[in-house]
Amino acid sequence: MNTKKPVYPYIPNSVPDVKAEMLRTVGALSMDELYADIPADLRFKGKLNLPDRLHSEAELIRHVDGLLNKNRSTRETLSFLGAGCYQHQVPAVCDEINSRGEFLTAYAGDPYEDHGRFQALFEYESMMAELLNMDVVNVPNYDGFQASATALRMAARITGRSIVLVPVNICADKLSKVKEYLEPDIAIERIPFNPKSGLLDLAVLKTLLSEQIAAVYFENPSYLGLLETQADKISALAHNAGALSVVSVDPISLGVIRPPVEYGADIVCGDIQTLGVHMQYGGGNGGFIASNDDVKTVMEFPSRLFGVAPTIMEGEYGFGDVAYERTSFALREEGKEWVGTAAALWGITAGVYLALMGPQGMVEIGESIMQRCCYAMKKIAAIPNLKVTFNNTPHFNEFVVNFDKGGKTAVEVNQALLDRDIFGGKDLSDEFPALGQSILFCVSEIHSQDDIDRLVSILKEVVK
Amino acid sequence: MKPINPKPSPRRYHQASWDEPVIFELSQPGQRGVLLPPVETEIEQEVGNPAQMLPDQLRRTVPPALPEMSQVHVLRHYDRISQENLGVDLNIDIGQGTCTMKYSPKINDQLAHTHKLTELHPLQDFSTVQGILEVMYRLEGMLKEISGMDRFSLQPGAGGAAIYANICMMRAHHASRGEGKQRDEVITTIFSHPSNAAAAKVAGYKVITLYPDSEGYPDLEALKAAVSERTASLLITNPEDTGIFNPKIAEFTRIVHEAGGICSYDQANANGILGITRAREAGFDLCHFNLHKTFSTPHGCGGPGAGASGVTEKLIPFLPVPTTEFDGQKYYLDYNRPKSIGKIRPFYGVTANILRSYAWIMSLGADGLREVAEIAVLNNNYLLKKVLEIRGVSAPYAKGKRRVEQVRYSWEQLTQETGVHSEEIEIRVTDFGMHYWTSHHPFVVPEPMTLEPTESYSKADLDEYVAVLNQISVEAYTNPEIIKTAPHNCTVHQTQQEPFDNPDEWAVTWRAYRRKTGKK
Repeated sequence: MNTKKPVYPYIPNSVPDVKAEMLRTVGALSMDELYADIPADLRFKGKLNLPDRLHSEAELIRHVDGLLNKNRSTRETLSFLGAGCYQHQVPAVCDEINSRGEFLTAYAGDPYEDHGRFQALFEYESMMAELLNMDVVNVPNYDGFQASATALRMAARITGRSIVLVPVNICADKLSKVKEYLEPDIAIERIPFNPKSGLLDLAVLKTLLSEQIAAVYFENPSYLGLLETQADKISALAHNAGALSVVSVDPISLGVIRPPVEYGADIVCGDIQTLGVHMQYGGGNGGFIASNDDVKTVMEFPSRLFGVAPTIMEGEYGFGDVAYERTSFALREEGKEWVGTAAALWGITAGVYLALMGPQGMVEIGESIMQRCCYAMKKIAAIPNLKVTFNNTPHFNEFVVNFDKGGKTAVEVNQALLDRDIFGGKDLSDEFPALGQSILFCVSEIHSQDDIDRLVSILKEVVK
Repeated sequence: MKPINPKPSPRRYHQASWDEPVIFELSQPGQRGVLLPPVETEIEQEVGNPAQMLPDQLRRTVPPALPEMSQVHVLRHYDRISQENLGVDLNIDIGQGTCTMKYSPKINDQLAHTHKLTELHPLQDFSTVQGILEVMYRLEGMLKEISGMDRFSLQPGAGGAAIYANICMMRAHHASRGEGKQRDEVITTIFSHPSNAAAAKVAGYKVITLYPDSEGYPDLEALKAAVSERTASLLITNPEDTGIFNPKIAEFTRIVHEAGGICSYDQANANGILGITRAREAGFDLCHFNLHKTFSTPHGCGGPGAGASGVTEKLIPFLPVPTTEFDGQKYYLDYNRPKSIGKIRPFYGVTANILRSYAWIMSLGADGLREVAEIAVLNNNYLLKKVLEIRGVSAPYAKGKRRVEQVRYSWEQLTQETGVHSEEIEIRVTDFGMHYWTSHHPFVVPEPMTLEPTESYSKADLDEYVAVLNQISVEAYTNPEIIKTAPHNCTVHQTQQEPFDNPDEWAVTWRAYRRKTGKK
């Protein structure tokens, strides 16, 4: 026994005497004996080439701060970035709850030891259900991309069909994910949009629909921030062709925007990052999928669905897994897709957020975002040589500004903004060349009038 | 005053039981939990009433029926139900084999909570995110060394997503050689995680599942019989969920390679082999780690986790975009990778867990990682010895051999002699403030129990867990009723199970519950 080895705070039994005693108990002379079944030629020779360890918290903090202090956060710099990750105020109570060790470090306990986890996630499902006006919501899967991809796979299984229709104007990264997830058995065809309004081209949609189409998928608001005013018509067209209407939404919009089920959606999906989860450089996603309480649809969910039931004791709520036999946990490859660790903590967090906001908060935040967005659009549209594309269509939180007439590229505009300590918007020139030199700007409840005016005045200066 | 007697063992646990209502029942009309910045008058004057911006058919007419609560009431509700939950922080969490429930250092949570990470937008200019990019780049370098692989993607959201990413890269590899259609089968083992089989099925593959030989090893003869020109990939765990290390693993990968297949290593069970043996030397082309298992990030009630997919040289072109690069002066993200499988998730990965894992490795270094592995294995073999002294339990397969970091036990004898099942023991264990898990389905090992004691637990912790199992065994032989009627010391009592599988009764949400039960 090498008594010079350090004792590690995270490894209680690294105490040499304890180790020696335990080795004796198991009848081994050395640690090596415990690895006797690993053949010599598979044994790693020598020591891993890793940086020297930092012994103490003080050294670790100094090191990690040294790295992270090279970042400039949106708390330090005014930002108008959106495009799939959104800056909103995260209430302190959200962080307080999701930092509690009881939730943060729990995992897969049964509904008795983890009654709290089951209740918190049941409540999350239930509050999302009120927002969505639907009866079934899953325990979160990975993210909004996965939610869209799975919703489309569900639609294909439900209809027994194998083509889905997806708009041209969705995020290129999301399309990449969905495509890769639907291979090899589900094909994607694209629905173009009207270049003036930015809304889906219903004439073309009609020609695309057939008895092979499993789903018509669209987003509301769209990736470019537009509200799809023909939503009910799109759902009706889908239904007439025997296809499902699958709609992705930003749940933070639903205090003011009608929930998709009311314009005919069969499956609704999206990302819950906007509901109380920090942006985390794009690391704070969680996916939701919702439907009506129809057996055929429910049985196609891959995710956990937590439900409520009575216990043997009067006045107690018990919780458990609804229709567990659907899942890959129960059936391996015969289950629906797969289920596993995903984003449950963000589900709990989104529940906390919705409880804090309440009905009035959700209405107010939707209104505030729309008003601020509209204000920014108006002010920018008034700048000579700048064009707010799709200006006559209602928007939620994002809008496209075209710089072609201003004689500047999107890269140059964003650089000019950065030089003045502003993170501009998402450069769309590669993603949507048809939109020219354009930037997608995002506005939320945290942007004050002064913030927006500052952006406007700099843009004015830049394209002068 | 007389001295107070020592506490008895096992401890007399009782879980908090707040009798807490479902949150909707706490609603008090008019209360608010948070307020928003008021919209400035000038903005209102400029743009008018928000309702007028929307056509009727897009306007919500009835506000969502969310609870209305003051801030402290929301906090109190969640604090209370959090007390009705067990996590690693509270319990001797060795009962969830395959999931590596280890201590997640608090300092790493603190580090991940800085606004220098939480308030970064993923599309910021690279010049403003050099710190987080450097962390991603450095962690990739560490995982390369730990596995021997040539590159990693940190993008997958958890283990299942990493398995799927690896399957997609494998699929793209075969397609690039014109063998995409021909290679339509994957081979896995029953003691590998079910997501291997399930994710392969989603990707369009026929799944062949190998069962163990009489000693519990993946059956080499069965593998030889299964491989062919149709073999796309072997998806395998090692050590498997039995805790048995497959010493012929290099032969497995050789056989699959000879048939033209790709070998993908699910390293969910890597905790006992850090610095001991690596994916590369065993001949794997792909592997993945679960950062929330081996690399200590918290499990978050079921995520966010984080997956890391590793590849050898020939599969680098297929990695998800973007990769993290360093040109000698600055870090940046590279999307210009024409053969890439594309995106696995939005942006770049679960960054908070990437940072936590990085900090964890930095706290341990190479010697520390080896210590993690060795103590995890020592703890496991110690536990094995102690558990086998309990009446009615056995450790099937590989008699006399050491196990790596976990063991799949069997209560078959106890069930035969007492009628008590492993699922019932699972519930009874909760009465002692501990967690217990049977195993993944199907139960190839009858009446299974899978324990993984990791490096985070002391000898006294292990002894305490064993004492509880022993007591339950004694109860099974003397008073099985106490097990059959458990839980007794938890927040709630036995829950009716029938409604969960009956579509007329199941209620995934409060509104469905109210509709189906007529509750006001």
